[in-house]
Amino acid sequence: MHELSICQAMLTQVEEIAQREHASQVTRILIRIGPLSGVVPELLQQAFTIARAGSVAASAELETELQSIRVRCQQCGAECDAETNRLICCECGDFRTQLISGDELLLASVELTREPEEEGTGDD
Amino acid sequence: MCDTCGCNITDGNRHLIEEGGKHAHTDDGSVAVEVLQNLLNANDHQAAHNREHFDRHQLLTINLMSSPGSGKTRLLETTIDTIKKRYRMGVIEGDLETENDAQRIRQKGVEAVQITTGTACHLDAHMIHHALHQMNLDELDILFIENVGNLVCPASFDLGQHLNITLLSVTEGDDKPAKYPVIFRAADHVLITKSDLLVMLDDFNTEKAEQAVRHLAVEAPVTLISAKNGEGFETWLTWLDEQVQKQAERRAKGETTNPKLQTEGIHMHAQDTR
Repeated sequence: MHELSICQAMLTQVEEIAQREHASQVTRILIRIGPLSGVVPELLQQAFTIARAGSVAASAELETELQSIRVRCQQCGAECDAETNRLICCECGDFRTQLISGDELLLASVELTREPEEEGTGDD
Repeated sequence: MCDTCGCNITDGNRHLIEEGGKHAHTDDGSVAVEVLQNLLNANDHQAAHNREHFDRHQLLTINLMSSPGSGKTRLLETTIDTIKKRYRMGVIEGDLETENDAQRIRQKGVEAVQITTGTACHLDAHMIHHALHQMNLDELDILFIENVGNLVCPASFDLGQHLNITLLSVTEGDDKPAKYPVIFRAADHVLITKSDLLVMLDDFNTEKAEQAVRHLAVEAPVTLISAKNGEGFETWLTWLDEQVQKQAERRAKGETTNPKLQTEGIHMHAQDTR
């Protein structure tokens, strides 16, 4: 349910970037999401089709790169793949692990079309 | 924060920034801009601002999260009754509708601000900031934030709190931490509430519940507690005393603390940048 709030927050950031880059249109947004971020990519995708209306990203595509869950054991140092509700060490079974990846909620990149005027002539 | 400190830059993406790859041109003439910001950047900024408020006013802020009806308000009522003489407390209540919970807290002689979110399933840092303007933070030692009853969404939003408590009532089942890992991972203390009902429930295994929490790589204490008969309160209140003390020590050194999850995340990202 909170995916719509997150989507709106994302679009605010995208709008700022588009303005800073003098873009007329955003064509693609790439995000990276880990399963432990608490955000469901499918729901975010649905929310995006609603939230993008009327924004600079009205015709943009939202692409999600799902990140895998990896943990590093603080006892034996092993690195393992893990599941959302089982983050223990795959080697020694200790529960004291650190998450290396899997909780990302990142705006990775934005593809945009610049205003038709020549690039680099801006005063920045 | 994360867009400036570089904690999101990893070995895998650093080249995009360092080698002029930030504005890579695509075949169709459009421009790809690397961003690498947290999606909740605006919320995180506001949360950091809130945390500065709390620190400046020398208070400890604790966010309570759980499903609806797990006993958050009841826990606060009994806690207030027990330590009212020791600490000056305030409460921010989050619900979709009604002032009911704030009224219950006010009856205990403690200031409470009710946030009604309408349809929103969680509190965010902006709502908290708005509520703070209705409170006199100088008159508080501990601020409790009772989040909207929901085991999913509140975990994703930093409010500026120092610590998270996640509650699990025994009627909900001992496998809840396995079913809702994100919110239990965020806990600095897990309270298994309504322990007085255990005599009537033969299918809740406290050890199993704790094991499910440990499987999430959570080292936080897990305490069996009842706001009705007082079981576990000594442990809970001793922990609370320690946290107030730790916050005072941090303030003396000009330091602060983020809720467990964010600290861990930043730490890990920092390791990645090596």
